[in-house]
Amino acid sequence: MTLQIERRLQQPRWLSVAVPIGSIAFAFLVMAAVLGVTGHDPLHVYRDLFDSAFIAEGALTQTFVAATPLLFTGLAAAAAFRMQVWNIGAEGQLYCGAIGAAGVALQLGPDASSPLVIFAMVICGAAAGAVWGLIPGVLKTFARTNEIITSLMLNYVAGYILTWLIFDSASYWRDLSSIQARSFPQAKPMTENAFWPTLDLGSGTSSVVIPLGFLIAIGIAVLLHVLYKHTKFGFEVQVIGDSTRAARYAGMRTRRKILAVFAISGGIAGIGGASQVGDFSHTLDADPNGLQKSYYGYTGIVVAALGRYNPFAVCLVGFLIGGLQNAGFTLQGADFPSGLVGVMQGIILFCALGGELLIRYRVRWSSDAPVAAEEVQPASVEGVP
Amino acid sequence: MDLAVEERGAGTPGASPAVAMRGITKRFPGVLANDAVDFEAAAGEVHALLGENGAGKSTLSNILTGLYRPDEGEIELHGEPVHFHSPRDALEAGIGMVHQHFRLVPPFTVAENIVLGEHGEDGGGGMFVHPRSIERRVLELGKRYSVAVDPRARIWQLSVGEQQRVEILKALYREARILIMDEPTAVLTPQESEALFVTLRSMAAEGRTVIFISHKLHEVKAVADRVTVLRGGRNVATVPTADASARELAAMMVGRQVELSSRRDRDAPHPTTTALEVEALTVPGDRGANAITDLSLSVRHGEIVGVAGVAGNGQRELAEAITGIRPPSSGRVRVDGKALRTSDPRSAIGAGVAHVPEDRLGTGVAPSLSIADNSVLKSYRGPDISQGPFLRRRSIYRHALELIKRYAVVTPGPDLRARDLSGGNLQKLVLGREFEGKPRVLVAASPTRGLDVGAIETVHSYLRQAARDDVAVLLISEDLDEILALADRVIVLYEGRLSGAFDPATSTVEEIGLAMAGGEHR
Repeated sequence: MTLQIERRLQQPRWLSVAVPIGSIAFAFLVMAAVLGVTGHDPLHVYRDLFDSAFIAEGALTQTFVAATPLLFTGLAAAAAFRMQVWNIGAEGQLYCGAIGAAGVALQLGPDASSPLVIFAMVICGAAAGAVWGLIPGVLKTFARTNEIITSLMLNYVAGYILTWLIFDSASYWRDLSSIQARSFPQAKPMTENAFWPTLDLGSGTSSVVIPLGFLIAIGIAVLLHVLYKHTKFGFEVQVIGDSTRAARYAGMRTRRKILAVFAISGGIAGIGGASQVGDFSHTLDADPNGLQKSYYGYTGIVVAALGRYNPFAVCLVGFLIGGLQNAGFTLQGADFPSGLVGVMQGIILFCALGGELLIRYRVRWSSDAPVAAEEVQPASVEGVP
Repeated sequence: MDLAVEERGAGTPGASPAVAMRGITKRFPGVLANDAVDFEAAAGEVHALLGENGAGKSTLSNILTGLYRPDEGEIELHGEPVHFHSPRDALEAGIGMVHQHFRLVPPFTVAENIVLGEHGEDGGGGMFVHPRSIERRVLELGKRYSVAVDPRARIWQLSVGEQQRVEILKALYREARILIMDEPTAVLTPQESEALFVTLRSMAAEGRTVIFISHKLHEVKAVADRVTVLRGGRNVATVPTADASARELAAMMVGRQVELSSRRDRDAPHPTTTALEVEALTVPGDRGANAITDLSLSVRHGEIVGVAGVAGNGQRELAEAITGIRPPSSGRVRVDGKALRTSDPRSAIGAGVAHVPEDRLGTGVAPSLSIADNSVLKSYRGPDISQGPFLRRRSIYRHALELIKRYAVVTPGPDLRARDLSGGNLQKLVLGREFEGKPRVLVAASPTRGLDVGAIETVHSYLRQAARDDVAVLLISEDLDEILALADRVIVLYEGRLSGAFDPATSTVEEIGLAMAGGEHR
C-alpha cells in the first residue's frame, strides 16, 4: 500500500468549501491532543475560545477591533497577488498611512469639522501608503528588482522612520508641549474631531460596536471586486498576472498597470494605517513595541492566501482570524500560558494553509507501487545480465 | 530522400525480438494513455513508431526507458522478461533514448556530457575521470557511425544538429543495444536529416535496434524497415514500410482518409499591392548579438510568403519585431505604406497586423484565463466589448460562443481555461480571434508545430482562406513541406540574414535545404 498524490483534473466547487472546514476540524483534533497532554480539557477550552471570540459580552466588539487592520492588510495583499505582484510591504505601507493620516489631522487642528478631518485622514493615509508602495513598484518596472525583497526591506525602513519621528527627532508629530513630554517622548494627541465614529448595534449587554474602519474595508472589498471583475483595468491585470508575454502581445501597457497595482495595494494598506490612528490609538503609535509588534502586514498575507485573493473571502477570513486573536488574549492566564495560545493559533493556520493542497491535488491509496521516476539508485533487473 | 533503398538488416527470423512489449496498459488520471499495446522490434531493424500527438508514443517509450511503470503488461528484452524500477535499470539493460529536448549541460564539454552520471570503471567512476581515454573512444565512435564531434568542444558552441550527435554518442558510449529517437528531425535541415538516417541505418546494420518516433510519413518511409501505428492509445497495425503507401499510413494514423498536402495545391495567387514592407531591419536577440541583420522583405495582399530556416536563425525575433513586441535597433516596418511605431504592439494591431505566435500557450493566450476572456484579448478595448472603463461580460460571452462555432473549436463551453484546450483547438481559437480583427497582414510563426494531421489540415485551410481574402500572409515555419505546400514565394533565413529566395514551383528541396544550412557545399 502506498500513498499517491496526484493533480486533480477538475476542482469541484464544493471542495473549496469542504476543504477549509475539514482543515479547521482537523486542526481542532490535533490541538485536542496537545491540550490533553498539557492537562487541559479540550472541550472546555474550545467552548471558552468560541465564547470569548463571538458570544461573551463585548466579545464581538473586540473581534471587530482585532479584525479591522487584518481586513486592510489582507485586501492590500490580495489586490497585488492577483496580478502575481508580490507586494509584501503592507506592514510598512500601513505605518506610512498612519503617519500621513496623523499628520493631516494635526494640521487641520481642533476647529475643522469632523467629517472633513476624517475624509482628509483617509485620503492622506491612502496617498502615503501608495507612495511607499510605488517605491518597490518603480524599482520592479524600471530596474527589474525583485519586489519581494524591496517591499520587505522597506517595511523596516518605514518602522525606523516611525520610531525616529517620535523618539529621535523634534518632528511635527512629536509632542514637545511640556517638560514631561520632552523627557518621555510621545506623539501629539489627536483632538476629538479626528476620532472616527462607530456603528453601534443593539444595546446593553448584547451591544456590538463596529469601527468605521471595518466598514470602509468592506466598501473597499466591493470596489476591488468590481474593479477586477468588471473593468478593462481588471481584465488587463488578470492577463498580466497570468502571462506578461500575452499581455505585451495584446498591446497592453504592462508597466503602468503594475505601477497602478502597487499604488492600489499600498493605498489600501495606508487606509489601514489611518484607521489605526482614527479608530483606535488616536495618536501616532511609534513605540517599537506597539503597532510595530502587531505584524498586521504579515498576518494580512496569510489572510489573503486563505481567502484565495477573493476580496469577500478575505473579509470573512480576516474576521475569523481576528476572532481567534481576540480569543487568544482572553484565554491566556495563569493556567493557560500565552505560548499555548500561540501553538493553537499556529496549528489552525498551518492546517488551513496545508488543506489548500487538497483542493488542487488528491491523495489516493494504491496497492501497486507508484511510478518511481526520481529514484535513481541501482536496483536489480531480473533476467538481464 | 531516397535512402530507403539502402540495404536493410531485417533481423534474424525465428530469434526472440530485441524488444517485446505485450499488453501494455498505462492509465493517467482521466486518460488511458496506452491500452493493451503490443510492440515488437527486432535486432538490426529501424522500427518506426507513428502516431498523432496523444496517440501514446511518448508514454510507450517512457515505459520502455523505465520512466513510467506500466499498470498492466510485460516487457521482454531478447526473450527475457524485465521489470524496470527506474530509468537506470533500463539504461543498464542497454536501452538509450535521444529526447526531443536534449539533456545536455551547456557549459560542459562533449566528453564530460557523455560520461555524466556514468558509474563505470573508465568513465566518471569515483573521483577521477580519464579524459584521454574518453576522448579517444568518442572520436572512434564518431567516426564509425558518422556522428563525429570534437570531444573537447563545449555544448553551447555546437549547432543543434551537433548536439543531437552528442546525445547519440552518449547512448553508443553506454553500449545501448536499443536506441529510441524521439522526433529527431524536428530540429534538423533536410541534409542533416539525411545524414542522421545514414547513421541510424549503420547502427541497425550492426544488429542494434533503432526505434524511431515520428509523425512525418516520408521520413518513416525513408528510414524504417517496419512501422507500428498507434492511435488513441491502441496499436492499429505493424507493417513493413515497403508495403504501405504514405496515404495508407496517414489513414491508419488518423483513422480516416486524409488529403496529404501536396506541393502547389492552392489556387493560383492573385497578389495585388504591397501590404507588408520590412526595410533594413536589424533586431537584437536576447543575448545581445543581432538575431536579425539588415533584413528586407515584402508581402503583397493575397500572397503567402514562406520564411524557411532551421530553428533559431532569427525567426522568432523577426516575427516579434514586425508585430512590435521586440524593439529593433534599426529599420522600419510599413503596412500599406504607413510606418508602424517600433516596439509598440498596439500600433501593429491598429494597423491590422494579426499575429499567430510560435508560443501559442504563453503568448497567444493567457493560459489560466477562460476561452471567453482570451477571445477578446486584443479587442477588449473596442466599443462592443467595453463601455467606458467597464467590460460588457455578456457580449464577451456571446462573442466567444460565435468564435467557437465559426472556427469549430471543440470545447465544453467558453468558460473552459485556455490551457485545458488541446493544441489543435487552441490554435483554432488563436487563428479565429486573429481573423475576427479583419487583418491586412498575418504573421504566422510555426502555426502547426506539435499539431496532429487533422488539425494541421484545418490550420492550412484557414491560412489559404486568409490569402483568398486578400490578407498578406507571412508564414514562418521550420517545416519545409508546409512552406512548399502553402507559399507562393519562399525566402530562407540563415543566421539572421536572407540566404536565398525561391519560387517553390521550380526549386527543389535540396536547393532550399542548402540555403537553410548557410549555402555551404558539403
